[in-house]
Amino acid sequence: MRGNAADLELRRPASLEEALELLAQDPELKVLAGGTELLVRHEDGSLGPARLLDLSALKELKQIRRVGDELEIGAGVCYADIQAHPDVIARLPLLVQAAEQTGARAIQERGTLGGNVANASPAADSVPVLLALGVGLLLRSRTAERRLPLDEFFLDYRRTALRPDELITALRLPLTPPPLQYFRKVGTRRAQAISKVALAAAGRWTARGLECRVALASVAPVPLRCRELEAFLAVEAGRGDWKERAARQLMDGLRPIDDIRSTAAYRRQVAGNLLLAFLRRAEAGRPGQDGR
Amino acid sequence: MRVELEPLPAVLDLRQAMAEERADVHPLGPVVKEIRIAKGDPEPVWSRAAHVVEDEVESGAQEQLYIEPQGMIAWAGPEFVTVTGSLQCPYYVQHGLCAVFGLPAEQVRVIQAVTGGGFGGKEEYPTVLAVHAALLALKAGRPVKMVYDRAEDLAATPKRHPSRTLSRAAFDHDGRLLALDVDFNLDAGAYVTLTPVVLSRGALHAAGPYRCDHVRVRARAWATNTPPHGAFRGFGAPQSCLAIERLLDKAAAQLGLDPAELRLRNLLQSGDTTATGQVMREEIDLTGLVETALELSDYRCLRAEFARANAVAGPEDPRRGVGLAVFLHGAGFTGSGEKRLASRAGLELDGQGVVQVLAASTEIGQGAATVFQQITCGALGVTHEQVRVAQPDTAHVPDSGPTVASRTTMVVGGLVERAALALRAALVADGLAADADPAAVARALRERGRSHGGERWIESYQQPDWVVWDEENYRGDAYPTFAWAAYVAQLAVDPLTGETRVEEFTAVQDIGRVVNPLLAAGQIEGGVAQGIGFALLEDVRWQAGRMANNRLSTYIIPTALDLPRIRAHFRETPAGYGPAGAKGVGELPLDGTAPAVLAALDQALGARLARVPALPEQILPLLTPEATHA
Repeated sequence: MRGNAADLELRRPASLEEALELLAQDPELKVLAGGTELLVRHEDGSLGPARLLDLSALKELKQIRRVGDELEIGAGVCYADIQAHPDVIARLPLLVQAAEQTGARAIQERGTLGGNVANASPAADSVPVLLALGVGLLLRSRTAERRLPLDEFFLDYRRTALRPDELITALRLPLTPPPLQYFRKVGTRRAQAISKVALAAAGRWTARGLECRVALASVAPVPLRCRELEAFLAVEAGRGDWKERAARQLMDGLRPIDDIRSTAAYRRQVAGNLLLAFLRRAEAGRPGQDGR
Repeated sequence: MRVELEPLPAVLDLRQAMAEERADVHPLGPVVKEIRIAKGDPEPVWSRAAHVVEDEVESGAQEQLYIEPQGMIAWAGPEFVTVTGSLQCPYYVQHGLCAVFGLPAEQVRVIQAVTGGGFGGKEEYPTVLAVHAALLALKAGRPVKMVYDRAEDLAATPKRHPSRTLSRAAFDHDGRLLALDVDFNLDAGAYVTLTPVVLSRGALHAAGPYRCDHVRVRARAWATNTPPHGAFRGFGAPQSCLAIERLLDKAAAQLGLDPAELRLRNLLQSGDTTATGQVMREEIDLTGLVETALELSDYRCLRAEFARANAVAGPEDPRRGVGLAVFLHGAGFTGSGEKRLASRAGLELDGQGVVQVLAASTEIGQGAATVFQQITCGALGVTHEQVRVAQPDTAHVPDSGPTVASRTTMVVGGLVERAALALRAALVADGLAADADPAAVARALRERGRSHGGERWIESYQQPDWVVWDEENYRGDAYPTFAWAAYVAQLAVDPLTGETRVEEFTAVQDIGRVVNPLLAAGQIEGGVAQGIGFALLEDVRWQAGRMANNRLSTYIIPTALDLPRIRAHFRETPAGYGPAGAKGVGELPLDGTAPAVLAALDQALGARLARVPALPEQILPLLTPEATHA
């Protein structure tokens, strides 16, 4: 049964302060940013009657600017604007890749980075990249502002640390991310696809091993950061068959599911293969003995 | 009211249907239709042949995915029913409405609305929706519009029949095909629909374009409890062409021959007979066709190059393959079908001298209207301003038969051409010079229109006398003519993900005279795209007999990025019996694309897949060394 527009009540505040005030008064309000998730649920009837808080008029959420050694991307910035921004192009190529591979061009013009994070889909395309880059979220309510590392944001399937009266206002990314970077989305086809598996990684060699962040989409109830694997690589990278052991460790620890898009076995194997692809590149990029 | 439901054990797929042979699934039994074709006697051959090859191939359901979902508007009263909607076959809908409402044909009017593709999906089902809408309109006393949303459309409407083929072939030492035994099975679903006819075309294509003296084909359609399967571009032939081509690829490997070489040794020639004993009267140059495809695609060089490169490929290097399929497609209705249809089409001259093409054959994006206009202009000797194509409306156009079976240009186009030639002869009798230029013909038409406004020129189809078909025993001329083709797919498989990318596709075919090169190439390109979807992506996921992936985000068809450059090349042997020797083209590309893709995968993987769609989930394990297996 399709949704009925008459069942929707829309609030469209003109400022962030007004939005936070409305949310404080009515924490049941559903936040509408690009609408690429909510309007699909409205169309198929699963949203039902709802009160919506439409953030589309808030210019303060649509800015990209430098703050110290970080780049601040407003939560309302869409994928198309991310792809076009000179600082993102020059310094965060992984994010450009993720934005290019999200939906069709029309979706890229509507969908927002903040919405992608808040929606907390385990298949979100941009989130593994954001986790690998070590993003901090700026969260605001009427009375308080706090900064939360992205990897502490996802609690369980579609459940987040966002409080009912809070909005994500911006994402903070390092302007100088680590030099070794990898992203690969494996979708159901080459465009306009939802991911079966995606892996993003960013890191650098240290005297002990490989210091990196590795994150995966579509293999767990949440976008997954692989901390045990990272700990292994930090000390074992470069020793013996370390790449194969790392892949084995990753695959053994994953509990993906069979669903409409793929199988658990495929997801586990591809996650291992993509990790190996990253590690082979990392190995090739390791400073030689002479260069140390 | 109290309803008690007791769930009974259901039969949900072909394997289960064939294993359990349950009689309670359908009143006709577990098998709703069986066809046997016999030629010679294969039995003694198996024991004395140098090589015997056995194979099993499966294919899944495929959704037509026309642009707009099924939709119909109906007006109805005690004395009339009128409907308009998205449909391929106005007179099929009229026939269904007449039966349900007990009205004579004059009181039932069906008008085709603009239709964005059909692929067989708008052949049968629009009748169901028209009946539903018209019954509601009658009850309500108001017009009723019914439009399915995509999820409803995907859940309810018939798709391509899933298939399972078990086959066996015997060869001599030189790789010559001695005997062939094909056990061809389709999943009919819960109702019979067009299944018997689909099964028939599948059975008639089961031996491929190969000469063989001893053939057995046993074709069966099995009842299951899923939504029914039905017409889809190719109509059973894609399933059986896939099976015979897979069998030949397996045989080539077993005999140590290149797959192309094995085919070249067994191609049907003029004068040979098919499995039904049909003598190939027409000129056939399958060897030339295959050689053209091999040359244009550089098959032989690529084959050697990929074999070398795959042997030394690193862990992330793509594994490449190139594969060939050779196939045929019977043009028009099977057997006596065209004789029974006795299609009628023609022209009407209006008072201003404008000629209207009258046919119930529908424009559904394939270019029928353009082709009719072009044929008429050519035969009359006028420019296009002088010719219109009437909207298919049963109140206005004669029954030219359904827009199916690749018959529109060949059969109906032939009638339109004859009508145009008759009108031209009438103009000449009026005094038009034989070498008149288009402006002079237009003047003559205006003159004749003034005195004869509303005059009609209608032609009726007559099957050639030499077409003799024995429906009882499946012997004789199954089709008056065939289109022939050789396709080559070139692809790369990503060893990290098992994803296949078709990189080049060469489609060489003989469809007789090409009436409109641009539209014909469009048919090939679209058909190859749909065939690549069938081969690699399109996977109807059944859960308890329902289609679970009933959205465009989960039922995956190829986008432009998933498709290669498609090179369509025509070799014209004007041996067809359509306008100036044209044959059918619409369905042909669906028959050979999937087998060419799977043959290329054989080489890329060094292993064989026997089911379509060949998904990354099935391909990846073939590429992954045991050591890192999950």
